[in-house]
Amino acid sequence: MRVEQIIFYALAAMVLGSALLVVTIRNLVRSIFLFFVALISLSGLYIFASADFIAIAQIVIYVGGVLVLMLFAFLLSNKELLNNLSRPVNRLINISSLPGFLLASAFLFVLISAILNTEISWLGYVQQNHFQPGDNTVHNIGISIMTRYLLPFEAVSMFLMMALIGAAHLARKGQKI
Amino acid sequence: MEQLTQTIQSVPLNHYILFSSIIFAIGVIGVLIRRNAIVIFMSIELMLNAVNLLLAVFSVYHGDPAGQVFVFFVMALAAAEVAVGLAIIVMVYRNTHSIDINVLNRLKW
Repeated sequence: MRVEQIIFYALAAMVLGSALLVVTIRNLVRSIFLFFVALISLSGLYIFASADFIAIAQIVIYVGGVLVLMLFAFLLSNKELLNNLSRPVNRLINISSLPGFLLASAFLFVLISAILNTEISWLGYVQQNHFQPGDNTVHNIGISIMTRYLLPFEAVSMFLMMALIGAAHLARKGQKI
Repeated sequence: MEQLTQTIQSVPLNHYILFSSIIFAIGVIGVLIRRNAIVIFMSIELMLNAVNLLLAVFSVYHGDPAGQVFVFFVMALAAAEVAVGLAIIVMVYRNTHSIDINVLNRLKW
């Protein structure tokens, strides 16, 4: 096993472990900071897929924006939770969350059996592999945003502006919505 | 450059797909079993990230940057969703003093 593969599987294991802890751990603060670990490791996986610009954007958008926003929402929503950080953890699987676990694992089973039954190397472009590392640079991404995908890009920017104005309006203090 | 290609190819495509589907299933578990609204948002972000990773990997295998462009669109939509959703969470907390989503049962039939 080569060293790159070892790094890949270590990053994947970090993402899996921290994601599992995010959804199962009882404490909200720990879950938010474990989400941070998952996002950073996931950006390492983007670098492995030679999508380095996306890896940078992942760190800037998610870690710099989304996570800070989540911490703000946490601070604005429950201030009492920071006081009892050392509270004993409840049971992991209680009876009320059992249907959710069963449904999600059935979903995973269907997904994985479909994947394993599909011969993925049957796809033509996976077989012939005309991938050049120079194909995926920032240059090409910028050109295809500004030419082929200009209309979706503008639509997304308008949508983002509307969403931010709406969020600022919703979270405003004072008058009732 | 040749070595970079070999590095990417040393991890088979199937492992990326399996990894992404496991992450997606973890997100589904989080949405189904947790009642805290912020944790549900993080689970949705996990699902979006799994799809993003798969888009990036397939775009690399295809040798086409269009997949990465769509990753940016998905990221923009996720950021907008989080902004609006967290504003809604703050409003819910102001009105009910809790972010447990089981409190929000007034529209339940």
